[in-house]
Parts: sequence; C-alpha cells; structure tokens
Amino acid sequence: MIGSPDVVAFTKEDDFGESFSDPLSLPEEFSVPLFNHAANANPWTKTSYAKFSKDFILISEFSEQVGPQPLLTIPSDPKVCGTFDLNYFSLRIMSVDYQASFVGHPPGSNYPKLNFVEDSKVVLGDSKEGAFAYVHHLTLYDLEARGFVRPFCMAYISADERKIMQQFQELSSQFSKASECLKTGNRKAFANELEKKLKDLEYTRSVLHKEADLQKTNSGCYSTQAIEKANELANVEKSIYEHKDLLRQITSYPSRKRKDMDFVQCETEKATEIIAVDDTLTCNSDNAVKSVETESDSRKSTYTPQFIKAKSAKCFDKRLKTLEELCETNFFHQTLEQLNLVEKSFRGDLCFIYSSQINRALLTKQRVTSFLFEAEADWIDETAKHFKVSSNTPPIPILNLSAAPMNLESYTMSVDIDRIKPSGESIEMPAESSTSDITQETSEAADTETKGSFSSDKSIEAFGSVSPSNLHSNYFEGLERSKVSTTSSSEDQKVGKMSPQRTSEGSPAEVFGNGHLVPMDSACCIGQDGFIYEEPTPEIAQECCGDMVVNQEPLSLLHGDPVLQMDYILEDSTLLGSPNKGLMFSELNTSVLSEEAARINIEDVSDSTSYMSTSTSSDRAASPFTYGTVLTLRQKKKAGHNALRFIRQYPFAHQAIFCLLSGRTLVILGSDEGTVRKLANALLIFVPNLGKYGETVQPWLSTPFQLTDLQRWKLIGLQRAVSPAGSSILHSLNRYSRYISILDCDNKTLRCPPYKGTLINQMADHRTQIKRGSTYFLHVQSLLTQLTAKAFLYTFCHHIHLPMDMNDQGSVTSRRTNFLLQLGCTVEESKIVQYLSELIKKHCIQGHSKGVNQSFFSFDYTTSYLYKI
Amino acid sequence: MLRWILGAREAQGTVEKSAALFIGEEQPKNCFTEMQVLKGHFDIVRFLVQIDDLRFASAGDDGLVLIWNVETGELLLDLRGHTQQITAMTSYAYVRGGNTHTALITASSDRTLSLWDPDTGHRVQNVYDLQSSVKVCVRVFSSCVCTCLLIVCFLQCLLVLDRLDVWVSGGNELCVWNKDFELQCKTVHHSDTGISAMVELPKNFIAAAMDREIVIFKLNVSGSDVAVMAMRHLTDHQDTIRSLINVNDGLFASGSHIGELILWDSLHWTIHACEHILWEESAGEGQSEVRLTNQKQIERSIQHMSSDGELLVAAVGSGLYVYNVALKSVVAYRRIAHDSSVLHTMLQEDGHMMSCSADGSVRMWELQDLPLPAEPASSGLFGMFGTFGRSSKQVCPPTKKLPEVSGLRSLELTGDLIGHSGAVQMFVSFKEKGLVTCSTDHLLIVWRDGELQSQLRSLALFHKLEQNQGL
Repeated sequence: MIGSPDVVAFTKEDDFGESFSDPLSLPEEFSVPLFNHAANANPWTKTSYAKFSKDFILISEFSEQVGPQPLLTIPSDPKVCGTFDLNYFSLRIMSVDYQASFVGHPPGSNYPKLNFVEDSKVVLGDSKEGAFAYVHHLTLYDLEARGFVRPFCMAYISADERKIMQQFQELSSQFSKASECLKTGNRKAFANELEKKLKDLEYTRSVLHKEADLQKTNSGCYSTQAIEKANELANVEKSIYEHKDLLRQITSYPSRKRKDMDFVQCETEKATEIIAVDDTLTCNSDNAVKSVETESDSRKSTYTPQFIKAKSAKCFDKRLKTLEELCETNFFHQTLEQLNLVEKSFRGDLCFIYSSQINRALLTKQRVTSFLFEAEADWIDETAKHFKVSSNTPPIPILNLSAAPMNLESYTMSVDIDRIKPSGESIEMPAESSTSDITQETSEAADTETKGSFSSDKSIEAFGSVSPSNLHSNYFEGLERSKVSTTSSSEDQKVGKMSPQRTSEGSPAEVFGNGHLVPMDSACCIGQDGFIYEEPTPEIAQECCGDMVVNQEPLSLLHGDPVLQMDYILEDSTLLGSPNKGLMFSELNTSVLSEEAARINIEDVSDSTSYMSTSTSSDRAASPFTYGTVLTLRQKKKAGHNALRFIRQYPFAHQAIFCLLSGRTLVILGSDEGTVRKLANALLIFVPNLGKYGETVQPWLSTPFQLTDLQRWKLIGLQRAVSPAGSSILHSLNRYSRYISILDCDNKTLRCPPYKGTLINQMADHRTQIKRGSTYFLHVQSLLTQLTAKAFLYTFCHHIHLPMDMNDQGSVTSRRTNFLLQLGCTVEESKIVQYLSELIKKHCIQGHSKGVNQSFFSFDYTTSYLYKI
Repeated sequence: MLRWILGAREAQGTVEKSAALFIGEEQPKNCFTEMQVLKGHFDIVRFLVQIDDLRFASAGDDGLVLIWNVETGELLLDLRGHTQQITAMTSYAYVRGGNTHTALITASSDRTLSLWDPDTGHRVQNVYDLQSSVKVCVRVFSSCVCTCLLIVCFLQCLLVLDRLDVWVSGGNELCVWNKDFELQCKTVHHSDTGISAMVELPKNFIAAAMDREIVIFKLNVSGSDVAVMAMRHLTDHQDTIRSLINVNDGLFASGSHIGELILWDSLHWTIHACEHILWEESAGEGQSEVRLTNQKQIERSIQHMSSDGELLVAAVGSGLYVYNVALKSVVAYRRIAHDSSVLHTMLQEDGHMMSCSADGSVRMWELQDLPLPAEPASSGLFGMFGTFGRSSKQVCPPTKKLPEVSGLRSLELTGDLIGHSGAVQMFVSFKEKGLVTCSTDHLLIVWRDGELQSQLRSLALFHKLEQNQGL
C-alpha cells in the first residue's frame, strides 16, 4: 500500500517543490525512486529496443568441447527471448568468467585439490542488445571434466538496467540459493561418481594383482610385460589414492559447512559420522564410502565394479554429462523451481518490485499490529529476518561502489591477493569502454573478476561485482535484524521455524537455510579463495557498526529507521513523559524523530550481540519471495474487486463494513450459494485478524449456526432453506440477533446498528473513481492502516489504561473515551479502535502460543435497524 | 431445542403486549458484554459449585465433573468415575495441616457417593451400593468448623454440616455418616416419597421436607455415638414442598407446589408468616389463560427461593415474588418474569437480583420505587391480595392485613443474557470475575464485564511488556 504503482507512475518531481515539505510524508528512503522524467518521455520506452519481451533467466555453460553455449531459459517459452541471440549472449557472459578456478595439481602438491570456490556475481550490460544481466558464475565438479570442473553461469537478463542494479542484493541472494542447491546436489553426485570410480579402480587393482601374480608364477622373472603390469598397478594405486583424497575432500565439505552454520540438520547422525571421518587425517576411504552410501540411493550399493584401463584420473569421456546428471535430478528440479520463483518475483516493473519490498520490510516492523489486516503476518513471523535484510538494504552496487576501496580491502584480506588482485590494467581498461556515469563509477571498483574479458569486446560493460565479505551490507543487515530476531543464535529454534517443508531426508531444500560465509581456512584448499561458513565474532561486527556510524555519512536507512521506530519512541518517551503531546495524533510525524533518535537506535543495535551471527556475505541465503500467502494477497486483491461492486450496489455497505470492523459478526443470509459466497468474498478484506487461512470467515454454512460459531467466525455465509432445518436456522438467527448483523441478500436488506461516522464513507464511497479491484484494495488497506495506527497508540499508552488508584475504574473509562476523541474518532470509530485494540492486546498477551484457544467474544447492547435498498 | 424456541417466539407475542418486560437490545445497565462458551459436557449440565475465588465445578447428566478456571475459561480437571448422571454436588471446606482445603462431594444415580480433591482430581473416598441415589445437595455451614458432619439423605438431598464428626444417609431414610464415609446411624423408614430438601437448624436439629410434611430431626451426639430421631412433623402445607431454605438464624422458609410460602421459626418450629401466592388471572389475556388453566399447578409452584436474611425471593412458576421477612409483607412481584418456569434465583446487594429460566435466558432485575404509590397500575396487586382471603384451604392464621401500598416497589428488568439454547439450570456469580451459567444445551457460559476485562487485559499487557522489556 505504500507506494502503489498507481500512485508512483504519475509522480513528478516538480510536484514536490522544495518550499513545501509535508511533515506526514514518507521519508525519502521509503518512497519509490522517482522516474527521471525528461521531456515527458514515456517511462517504458527504454525497454522497446530490447529484443526480448520480458525478463528471463538464462543458464549457460562454458563447454570444454564447444565453448559457451546456452542450456536453458526460464521461462522456457521461446517467445520470451524473441529474437534475442542466446548464443551470442552466452558467449558474452561466459567470457567475463571470473577467476578461472584452478583445479588440479597446485604447485607444491602432488595431488589434485578441489576448490570450494565461491560463486562470483557480476553485473553486465550489453548496450547493443539493450540487455542487462546479473550474472552468477558457478562451477560444478565433474570427474570426467578437465580439471574436474565445469563452469556454468546463471544470468538474470532484463532490459531495465536499474532493475539489475537496484535489485542486485536480492538477485544475488536468490541466485545464491539456487546455486547452493545445484552445488549441493553436485557434491553428492560427484561423491557418488568418485565412489564408483574407486570401486572400479580397486577392482582393477585386484585384477591386475592377480594377473601380475600369475605372470610372476608363470615366468618367475621380470619380463617387460611384468614391468608394464607393475607400472600399471602403480598407476592404479596412485589413482586410487588420488580419488580417495578427492572423496575425502568432497565429503568433508558439507560437514564443515553444516558444522559452522546454523543449518537445518536433516541428517544429524549421518553428519556426525561424516565429521568423524573428516577429523581423521588419514582418511579411511571405506568409512568415507560408507558415509556417502548412507546418503546416496540404494542403487549404489548394488553397483558392480568394472575393470578400467588404468588411466589418469583426469581422463574424460567424449560425452559430457548434462546439468541434470551433474546434480542429482532431485536437486536439479529444486533449483529450477527456485529459479522459477526468482523469475516470478522479479517480474514486472522495478518500481513495483521495489515498493513491494519496502512494503514488506515495513510490515516486518509492525509485527504487533500487522496480524490485523496484513495477509503476510504469519509469513513474516517465520522469515522476517531473512527477508527484511535483503529488501531494505540499499541497492548494493551503487553503495558498494561509492565505498569501494574499503570493501575491496576487506575482501582481499582473506583472499590470495596474487590470484585476485587486479594488476592495474583493469582500472584503466573499463574507463574507455564505459558508456554511462554509473559505469564510470563502478568500473573503478570492478576487480579482476572481469578483467580477462574486458579487452575482448567493447560492447560489454562490467559494472562491477560485489565481494562476499561486504561489510557494508553486513552493517545494514545487522541493523535490520536486531529488531526482529534476537534468537537467531539458537539453532533449534531455527530448525523449528524452517522445518515444515524440509522434513524429507536430504531434501535439496536444506540448502536454502541461511548460512554465513566467511573465508575458509586453508586446511582443505591451500591458496585458494574458497569460502566456508563460519560465524564472525561479534566484536568485529560491532566495530564495523561503530565505524559506520562515525565515519560514514548517515545513509538513507539511518534516517529512515527511526521513522519505523516512531511508535516505540513515542510510546516510551513522549507519551509517558508528557501525555498531552502524545494525545495529539497529528504530532506523530517525522519531525519528532531527530538524528539523535537515529543514533540511539544504532547504539541499541551495536549493543545487542544476539543477532551478530549475521553473515559477512552477500551470499546469505534468504527465503524466496514467493510463498504461500502471496496467493492470499492475490485473492484479497480479487476480493477488492468484489468489494468495489458491493459498495456500488448496496447503499448500506457502510453499515456492513462498520459491523465487521467493530467485531460484530455479519451473517450473509441467502438461498443462492454463489451470491452468498461472492458477498462473503467481497467483505473479506474488512475483517480484522482474518487469519492466515481466513479462519475467521465461513463463506457458506448450511447448518443452523450455534453460539460457539460466533466465537470463531466474524463473517458467515448462511444458507436460507425452506426445510424445517431452515426454519431452525431462522430461529437461531432471531435468538442471537443482538450479537449479529444480518445481510439478507435475497431481500437486499441489512439489519444492524447504525453508523454515523465519516471514516467508512471514505473507505466505501459508492461514487469512487477507483476502477480496479487491486487499487481499491490498496485504498482500503491504507485507511485500515490508519485505523491500526490509532489502535496501536490507544493500546500502548499507559496512562489512559492504568488506574490512578484501586477504585478508579470510572476515570479509566473516561480517560479512554477522551483519548479516542482526541484521536479524532467518533463514537462509532471509537468502537472500531477499541475492538482492534482488544485484538492487539489478545495477540500480545497470548503471543504465538496457539495451543489453548481461549476465545471469547464481546458485544454491545445496541439497537439494530433494518436497512433497505 | 425447537420446542423452546417456538415457546420463546410465542411468548414474545405476549411480551410485546406488556412492554415493560421487553427490554430490547439497548441495555445500558447490563455490564455483561463479553461471553465465553465452555464446552466439555456431553449432556445436560445441572450443577455448578464454586470451589474458591478462581475455580468452580460443573456436573450433570453425563456423569462428568469438570473443574474450570473462571478467569480464563480453561478446563483444569476432568473428574471421571461416575457412570450415571450426577444427582447432587456440594463442596465443603476442611482444615488439614493448617490449610483450608476444599473437597467436592458428588452423588450419582449409579448409587455411589464420591469425595474428590479438586486440586489433584483424585477420588479420595467412595461409597458404593447405596440403596438409592441422592437427588439434591445442600450445604450448610455451622458455627464451629473444627470437625465436620455430613448428612446425606438419599433419594433427594445431601447436606453438609461442618460441625460434628459424623454424617447421615439412607434410602428413603436418613443416614448419618462421619467424614471418613463411615455409616454412623440411620432412621427408620419414612415414606415412599423420601426427602426432597433439608436445612440445618440450630441446636443439632435438621428440617427435612418430605412430600407435604416438614420433619424435624434431632441429632444426638454423645461421644462417638450418634443417634437421629424424628421430633416433629409439620403438616401445614397442602401440597408437595418444592423448596426449603434458611432465611436467617431465626427463620427458615418452605415453598410448596401450589404457591404456599411459609416462614417458620427455627427454634420453636411454629409458623412465623404465611403467604399463599395465587397469581391473579387477569381477563384479556386469553391466550395465556388457556395455558394457565392447563398448567395451573405448575405456574404457582415455588421452584426456588433465595434470601439474604431480610428479603426473600421466590421463583413462582414463571414469575418472581419478593417478600420482606421482617415486615412480613410483599415488596414486589412480577407475575411473568420469564417465558417459562424460573429455575434459579439470586439476590444481590442494592436490590438487584437475577433469575434464570427454562426459556434459556438469565434476567437481571432491580427493585425500584414505584413512581407514584397510588398509581392505578397496581390494580393487579390488589387483585392478588384479594385472593388470599378467598382461599378456603387457608391453613395459616389470617395474619394478613391490608396491603401497604406505600411499601410496594416494582421489579424492573435491567438486562437479560441470551446465549443458551436450552433451559438455564443454574448460575454462580463470581462477582466482578463474571457469572457462570449452565444449561441443558450442554454448555457453560461465562459472562464477563467487557469494560473491566479490557482494563485487566491492558494491565496484563503492560505487565508483559515490563517483563519482556519492550515489544
């Protein structure tokens, strides 16, 4: 509701002259970036020259046989890409490949070493094609590939450059999850492959042994043949040793990772087994094999070893494995699902995405009240801390680049500098190829990950990449997180929160857990820039925060955050200290919030160490954008359409809405199920505390309703039947008429208490100019949010609720009434606010324990009237 | 369910004629604006007993005894043991180890009698193989609380005397048992009907209502021996006695099926005052007249009485009757207070009272002074009093003088609670914590003062905020 597209699209900069600053307007940071309008250009024209119709995701591979090639697109519909040359673009993005990950024999080592290479994230623009892309490079292991690695990349391709830039952080975290999923599957597959290969080799060795023995006994002397055999045998031995070592490395990876991050432990006992294996330096391959076996399918245990010609382990077949073979099918499909989600969540205009992100981030701030009217309430509970970070973090590439040197330093501290550090040329190179201001800025910060390909094609601009140890973003993450979760250190809780869909053993979903990336220790990968998951020490994080506050000009978020905290600040200081101030609702604006408030806020954050397990990485896995309740939101928007029709059709819509908002159960009585359901659907959006699944609404009931139903449901669709059962329904309606309002949709009448206020007139003006259901829904939501804010204030102002002495109930009542009057509520609106306040109290007191449902319902003894059309 | 609904509708027609009874939806004096429905029973809930400030027990035809928290509505304990309906339930307090404990005694149609500990839910004592079942349960406290005496009268009545060391029972007889559930003694066989009600009188006497008689028993306690002996039979009632209560230290009252209300002297067992309530059937209410002629007896039956020592409220048929004991005069009455017979009444302070009825509603009343004493609207009263003299069966001495119209007040309906879909059997008030009602619809409802609850929730919220140091 904050910055709906309808509003944003027509916002012009001149409308907000500097002379006028609306004290109630949102701070700049939370408004959607304004369209830079020049000469009344159509804001959507810039996409016109792109050769594809909408954004898509491309997965490409740098094949060692045929070079860069596109593998698949999401969505797979060829229409999406249009005439866009995927081959060409694959060549482009693959040629910007990041540091060629070295695998094989590192200098000074006799055995091949695996890198656990961190993915690289690059932003690319192709000005010719009008395509801009977020490119995520990753490598997968393949025993048969050159150097055991197969480079892949996933790219999010859009015609909107700003979308890529501003959503970099989010894209990065989403793609990292997909990548993590692929890599997890790949490690399993690779371990399986190794294990098979080992069996083959051991079988081969035994065969060779037999043959050699046979020859020895036959000839009794060393023939050339025997020497050849012995050499062959030695090769096999070496190969076995190498493979065992590889297997040890690959199996040690996940356990390390699991050990260090708070990971969803689906396979606890197996993991411990692996850890045990890991700890023994001289890795016993049998154990390792066993541990792999337990994780892998049963088919592997029935694998029959084959004799292989003794060759180097690095030999490869002509046919390369497909991506699906490289990762286990299960994981592959999981990844595709994830990418589909990514594609869906980034669909549409940037301002829409951005505003919805802001919206959600703001929602997480008001968990006390968001359950009332927001569909995502429950979802936020579970994932708030993942989400808010990514959505509220300022667009990273720009921020990052302006503060580039620091970030680069922090990055390279833990990385082999020789390998990574630009040799200087890259700083000059991009300058000549850059075409925009942003590019100029960003190119300076671009590290060597892009340097190899710069010279090859001028039309490709590398905008930069983000180092995983971006302390900058980390700071904001911390700032955000602290408000939401103070329990992130407890692994158990996390498991509890995340477990619902992840109970299946070895499910690929487990990789979507949030981990923390930190430079990996070199025990496994000497001299490599690999990363493993580790928790940073709180002190470091604190220092970072402290530094930020002192050295850095306060960033947008620093200003913004206190606004979000406004309620609390007011409640704590203003209202307590000077009640009169607090009573004036109009004063509750940003002017109250000073820099000082922001400073306090930051200090609070840096003081609390409980959340300091935040990542030092942009690679932190966050929950996907899309979730179960999105559907509900969509349904609600559809309901907005029905509601719009309802208020146009029924002149007594105000009264009906008032009933719902004030907690009086509304019964829709009708003989036609469709009509009743439709009306119930229309009125759904006005029901406070609707519940995640709409538990408080019963759209169609054909049995006589009982008293207990009033406790449960606030909106009931009731069948009018002519049968005896129907008459008893009418009797119960008659009996409980004092507790309910009855909307008779056959006779078009409504029996309910009167409403004389003005608020609902705004909410449900039957001459409204709003045409679209979703717009109307947002309109209603904004008004409901106002009400919620009042209810919040009303609930949390101590002085109006606490009795001065023991026999002081009367004065409490009058103080409450006066407060509501000063909030500008009429009698009826007071009822609404009081009802919402009761809900808030109940919600807060009961917390999230949904065990004992001590439900009750309140009512008024008021006279009802019959309204007709 | 349908039956009473139809009855209710029918009654509403008559109600609209006498507009005073129809309170409507606007009830500014009704503070019960919050309700909580408690589900747990599977059959009619007949008995409610308050255990302490926070807890109460409910029992009924499903044989279950449930213990609830009145503040939260939480079901605390589920006492199972009886196989048939509960016919009587009472609580009694005893002192053990310096602490006062409360125990529950229940009697059931399965001919067992059980003592429960409401803290643990254990059945502490149990008596099997009784000759018949206990129907009514009354609790009386005496002056001395060091020992206890239970008197259990099977078939009809259960009485607890917190005084001596014994208690009583029998089939159609009266038995005395001690607190360890050991039979002490019993009376000889009395009659076929058995005891319907009992009250404790001073000096170890007990008054028991048996059909049309009130029998005075004397308990002789000498050492460990307890003897029970019938002292006198009071035969002044013309019909079955429906209710028997203690009014104050010197008086007890009995009410019969045909509307005789007699106040007795507790020490001498003589009639202190006598009223014969005969609702005047005014002409012009043809519809209800038909009903009344058919059910005349029921309409005048005194189902329940309650008293605060000064005023006495009698539930007479579907009407209410308020009597001043000291002045021996009628204070106020309402011939049709409910649409069906009144089952339970309660006197509160300041002339407020409550009644519940088989019509499924609880009504709250207030005694108000009549605007003008000589208002012609009180013609009904004169009619009523006229009937006293006409009664040929009048047994009590004609103590009545001409009614003092100036002393008459009106009984005004201040609010009603509608929730149950069956007869409301009884209710228990927890003062500001609420009112609990039980009903034949298997439900219990806790009615609370919404405004007060809201304030309490605010306090709880701030308390929680303090504990959590913020939101």
